[in-house]
Amino acid sequence: MPEKNNDDAPVLLPTLGASLDQFVRSGGMPQREFTVKARTQREIVFRRFLKHRAAVTSLIVFLLVVLFAFVGPLLWNQSFNFMSNDIEVPPSGTHPFGTDSNGYDLFADVMHGTARTLEIALSVSIASTVIGTVYGAVSGYFRGWVDTVMMRIADLILTIPAIVVAIIVSDKLSASISSAWYFLAFILSALFWPVCARIVRAQVLSLREKEFVEAARALGAKDTRIIFRHIVPNCLGSIIVVLTLTVANTVLVETALSFLGFGVRPPDTSLGTLVSNGQTAIQDGFPWLFYFPALFIILIVLTINFIGDGLRDAFDPQQTRVRA
Amino acid sequence: MIAFTVRRLLASIPVLFVSTLLVFLIVASSVDPLAPLRARNPPIPQTTIRAEAVRLGLNHSLPQRYWDWLTGLVLHGNWGTSVSSGYDIGQRLISSFFVTFRLVILAILLSLILAIAVGVLTAVRQYSRLDYAATAIGFLFLSLPTFVFAILLKSWAIEFNQTVRPNGPPIIATLFEASPNPPTSFLGKIGDSAGHLLLPTIVLALVSYASWSRFQRASMLEVLNSDYIRLARAKGLSRSRVLLRHALRNALIPLSTQVALDTAGLLGGAVITETIFEWHGMGYMFIQAIDNYDLYPLLAWLVLASTLVIVFNLIADLLYAVLDPRIRLA
Repeated sequence: MPEKNNDDAPVLLPTLGASLDQFVRSGGMPQREFTVKARTQREIVFRRFLKHRAAVTSLIVFLLVVLFAFVGPLLWNQSFNFMSNDIEVPPSGTHPFGTDSNGYDLFADVMHGTARTLEIALSVSIASTVIGTVYGAVSGYFRGWVDTVMMRIADLILTIPAIVVAIIVSDKLSASISSAWYFLAFILSALFWPVCARIVRAQVLSLREKEFVEAARALGAKDTRIIFRHIVPNCLGSIIVVLTLTVANTVLVETALSFLGFGVRPPDTSLGTLVSNGQTAIQDGFPWLFYFPALFIILIVLTINFIGDGLRDAFDPQQTRVRA
Repeated sequence: MIAFTVRRLLASIPVLFVSTLLVFLIVASSVDPLAPLRARNPPIPQTTIRAEAVRLGLNHSLPQRYWDWLTGLVLHGNWGTSVSSGYDIGQRLISSFFVTFRLVILAILLSLILAIAVGVLTAVRQYSRLDYAATAIGFLFLSLPTFVFAILLKSWAIEFNQTVRPNGPPIIATLFEASPNPPTSFLGKIGDSAGHLLLPTIVLALVSYASWSRFQRASMLEVLNSDYIRLARAKGLSRSRVLLRHALRNALIPLSTQVALDTAGLLGGAVITETIFEWHGMGYMFIQAIDNYDLYPLLAWLVLASTLVIVFNLIADLLYAVLDPRIRLA
């Protein structure tokens, strides 16, 4: 957050320890004007976020899942593409999540699949948010015909059903380059950025009329400097919220595509392909093949949604209510 | 109002045209209908492949192909030629659409009823146990992928069928949109369809229920905290009258536009749901077309999908204007 915000809204919160100290020293007379402490915007947001218990718990769980996916394979003794002689073994000590009909260790599979799903989700959300932010900021800042043309283009991309074009293009791409997950990430980013662009534009439209922008212009700042040093940092709250929501959305779309057989493909695995393999496993008597990968998808999306909810509350300047 | 509607309708025509251009360029440059022929073993003669290219109109440049396809569609209502013979794209599109439409409409209705009821209850009893429980369930459904939920429901239904009636016909239909040989009577047919609709409708409804109930709760809370509600209570109106006549009616406005916006998007969810329950609707048409590298049915599908998005966006705008008299259509 830029320093400007502090002048806009000085938020002074008394802290319990300091006020008690003052209270005693002043002989029982409350002296509020000395018991306040100025905080930066960043501190305020951080403290608000910490009060949102579901969000903090989710952040911890999400980080554990990330560790599991990226550090786990280094520590685990079996590789996701190693066929063991244990066929369809239920979860046990040697295979915590059991094995499938080819003898693949599901624990290693889920680790690899989670890593793949997260890689796609994080790269898509970062790429589409960066593109969307720049696009939306430029469009909203210049207004007029630039805005009209740019927003019509963004709207046009939104009329194309994302999942459908992703299926068509990834079908062609993965036929030529197998297991090229970054193509899938590229296509999804190309389809998702207008969502972020619209949200950033709406904010920029109101921010560009603010006094600090006028002041910056009066001091001779160029348009690019005003946009990226003054306006965009002030949209950071909504940008971060959009980013988290895009992560959740990308996980859902990518796993759905991989489930249908159009996203990540064998020999590579994502959580979607694992659920697809375990589709009939419940009736066949190997329920673990379905439940573990499905559980990890839900875990990722659920924690991300809670983190997004916490961030939205934390960044909301009108937020006054106390969370239970 | 009428002028606004007409102007918006006219404005969406160029959008639709550019959208078809974009869709055509993406799809036509990535889907090659001749790929299965070229890959065939033993190889088939070049002349056959060339004849097929001419039949499908692939022997022209991309802009020329777009022009031919567009003029054929607009002037003659001709959707193009499928790779498989006897495949009437227009007819197939309509029949598939109605299979899916049935599912989507029922799912929207079920989801709306649930979302409004839960949204209002949780707003009235904010921060109660009911509110927390509903919020937790809402977040869970928000995070539950359609296909995971569909597979779970399907497996539970199969298990249920096997335990209750191990050897007879299944009690809950888990596959297809109708029985292979449905009853001939009218009522029997309706009952058969309804039975097959049960599980897919629940899946599709609960996916949109999650966000709609949150949405309804937020807008209801906003209305309940407004001055005119306080005034209505202060002048002595009963609580239920204030809730239903004054608060709910206004709180429904944002949801109605949201529903209109989400309806076209439900098609994507319907593709997945239909695949799992093996329906022969839009999802099946789409996946079959992809498997066969069938270019023109794919294009037809996408044109219908983007038309639906544009139409429902228009409906959302109009609904907003009709329901909220403060909004002036400039």
